[in-house]
Amino acid sequence: MTETDNIVAETAERIFADLADAQTINHDKQGSWKAPLWQALAENGLALSWVPEDCDGSGTSMAEGFSVLSVAGRAGVSVPLAETMLAGWLLAQGKIKSPAGMMTVAPANTRDRLTLNGDGTISGRARGIPFAREAKHIAVVAGSSIALIDASACKIDAGLSLAGDHSDTVHLDKVKPTAIAKAPAGIDEKALLLMGALARSLQIAGALETMLSISVQYSGERVAFEKKISKFQAVQHNLAKLAGETSAALAAASSAADAFSHGAPIDDALFLEAAAAKIRCSEAAEKGAAIAHQVHGAIGFTQEHILHRYTLRALAWRDDFGSESYWAVELGKLVANLGADELWPLVASR
Amino acid sequence: MTAALRFDPIRLPPECEQLRKEVRAFLADEIAAGTFDPHRPVQEDADNREFSRRVGEKGWLGMTWPKKYGGHERSFLERYVVTEEMRVANAPVRRFFVADRQSGPVLLKYAPEHIKMDILPRICRGEICFSIGMSEPNSGSDLFAAKTKATKTDGGFLINGSKIWTTSAHIADYMIAIFRTSPPTKENRRHGLTQFLVNMKTPGIKVNPIDQITGQQEFNEVVFTDAFIPDDHMLGEIDGAWKQATSELAYERSGPERFLETYYTLTELVRAVGPEPDTRSAEGIGRLVAQLHTMRRMSVSVAGMLQAGKEPVVEASIVKDIGTVWEQQLPHRVRELAAFVDDNASNHATLDEMLDFAIKTAPKLTIQGGTTEVLRGIIARGLGLR
Ligand SMILES: Cc1cc2nc3c(=O)[nH]c(=O)nc-3n(C[C@H](O)[C@H](O)[C@H](O)COP(=O)(O)OP(=O)(O)OC[C@H]3O[C@@H](n4cnc5c(N)ncnc54)[C@H](O)[C@@H]3O)c2cc1C
Repeated sequence: MTETDNIVAETAERIFADLADAQTINHDKQGSWKAPLWQALAENGLALSWVPEDCDGSGTSMAEGFSVLSVAGRAGVSVPLAETMLAGWLLAQGKIKSPAGMMTVAPANTRDRLTLNGDGTISGRARGIPFAREAKHIAVVAGSSIALIDASACKIDAGLSLAGDHSDTVHLDKVKPTAIAKAPAGIDEKALLLMGALARSLQIAGALETMLSISVQYSGERVAFEKKISKFQAVQHNLAKLAGETSAALAAASSAADAFSHGAPIDDALFLEAAAAKIRCSEAAEKGAAIAHQVHGAIGFTQEHILHRYTLRALAWRDDFGSESYWAVELGKLVANLGADELWPLVASR
Repeated sequence: MTAALRFDPIRLPPECEQLRKEVRAFLADEIAAGTFDPHRPVQEDADNREFSRRVGEKGWLGMTWPKKYGGHERSFLERYVVTEEMRVANAPVRRFFVADRQSGPVLLKYAPEHIKMDILPRICRGEICFSIGMSEPNSGSDLFAAKTKATKTDGGFLINGSKIWTTSAHIADYMIAIFRTSPPTKENRRHGLTQFLVNMKTPGIKVNPIDQITGQQEFNEVVFTDAFIPDDHMLGEIDGAWKQATSELAYERSGPERFLETYYTLTELVRAVGPEPDTRSAEGIGRLVAQLHTMRRMSVSVAGMLQAGKEPVVEASIVKDIGTVWEQQLPHRVRELAAFVDDNASNHATLDEMLDFAIKTAPKLTIQGGTTEVLRGIIARGLGLR
């Protein structure tokens, strides 16, 4: 595993290693590992990393929180850590205290909008909401407000992501929020999408790191034609390409995380960072997953093997908080609008 | 795990932003004075002597070298900014680039003091041009198959044989070359090559130009017939060039010149598409910009690691692999995206002409400086596979 940078990430690394070992989880069909894992993440303050202490969180820095997401990506397990962190972050923008327990955020689909009604209730439909069925609360952006919604007040249609994680449709029919506040300037649906896209980018990069390490390891174990397959040049080149895609994803995601950690307003350069991260990490997920499966041969295609935890999740994460196609169109429009002579200054702005 | 890849999000420090402004202002003046056309990658005068001198005067050559050799003791990141601004502007850098990037650092490390005192300041002043003599007709990827011989004689060596694909040999004052000084040993087939500084005016050296498919002439065949090289022009250890040549390559591999060679096609596409692109164009441009941004962040990250004294050999190879494949595909993607651009776009003719040139240039990008296949072998070694 990659070395981590700070004590918060180390804590996360240890918890995942102890309680979410990939092999154990794979054999535990009942999912009885989930509760103790969640409990440990919550007790150690990781789930509310981005919530300041006066909002009942652990007040971790943005940067440390981002590194927790990288760790979560490398672990590749089905637990709403990123979603709860995002919800806590969003609520904190409106100075709303975070409740305990699993949370998620809405909207997560670029085409959905929630509206704040005249009577203070919220209505609308939000599709592709990760872990909505498991979450106790949903943090939402509606118009220019941030609100905390009790999940039991919503109608939830179950759905599943490519990786088999909950990805649900949430219907709000004049739901009265538990708490509501005006969103500060710059915090709107787009800002939530960008933060979500960045979170997914870090998770995808993390999953790619694991794909690379288990593929390299497997190639050193599997023997064919009386040789370890790692000795075949074609296999080496595939793994080199996987290392390249992993590197690109890591570089793009950590650059964007670094940019967001400095708390600047979302200007064109920051938009470029987040959008580029989601686009490039999603492309890397596609190419990387294909190679990881190729190297593993048929065994990697089985439900028994752990590979699909990382490959399918990385592919699924492409769809949350704006797909790479969506962000590419948005970024392309921005670039075209600025004009040809502003392209290089934008790219070279950091 | 076997290899933890690191790409720290290095940011350029404030002094780089100041420098960037200065470089842009300088280039704007040069463009206004007609030194070169930034919209034209096809530079007939890519070895512009006067331009080279003016860049030297600005203090932008040998930027990281010690002051006593005419250098400026600035950072790799500052050098990085100068390089990328020159590339993006299509400035005529051919005369000084190899010396600044590669030959100077080799001399700094391995040349005797009096040679450093003589040659390095001239590089810094932009007065001299270098070429690199590694490849031979039967020794490209397999560098250790090189046969051109350096035979010991009184006070020096006599060189016989030939080098090929030598960029700029026809305009170069010097070449840094590897020659065979003894046969390879059984245990080590890399043994027996030595690095030399060659004055191109030495009798017995003949440079034969080789035309390229772009219609340009950049590389050459160089034939040596009893060419004499004095003893003090030997660089580093006798028979030990393989160690020296491989560490040299980290610098050659990860710079902005490794993904910006066809960049101009992207700018022209944005110009042709105009401020209100349709969805197809917007998406295509967005993806290319995301990829470019990512490449650059990777490349800056490696520059930062070099600055910190690390040796990111695998990361540097990855940047060259991804970067050169990207710059090779770029003109083809731009061509696809340009298919529905309005014929009346003001720059349509320029775009077409640039695309023709970039598409012809593209095949070499994954060959020069070590092929994709060879790079992937290096990355595989870094991953512990061999
Ligand atoms: C524009 C340009 C400028 C150049 N400038 C210089 C210069 O200034 N100085 C200089 O010394 N050289 C220069 N070169 C030469 C360049 O370094 C070589 O072309 C390169 O190293 C490849 O060698 P080759 O052309 O002999 O191809 P070969 O080595 O014959 O390779 C042909 C093909 O076989 C593949 N191959 C070879 N070995 C292996 C292997 N072990 N595993 C898998 N595949 C393999 C290669 O990847 C390639 O695809 C230049 C080349 C170009 C195109």
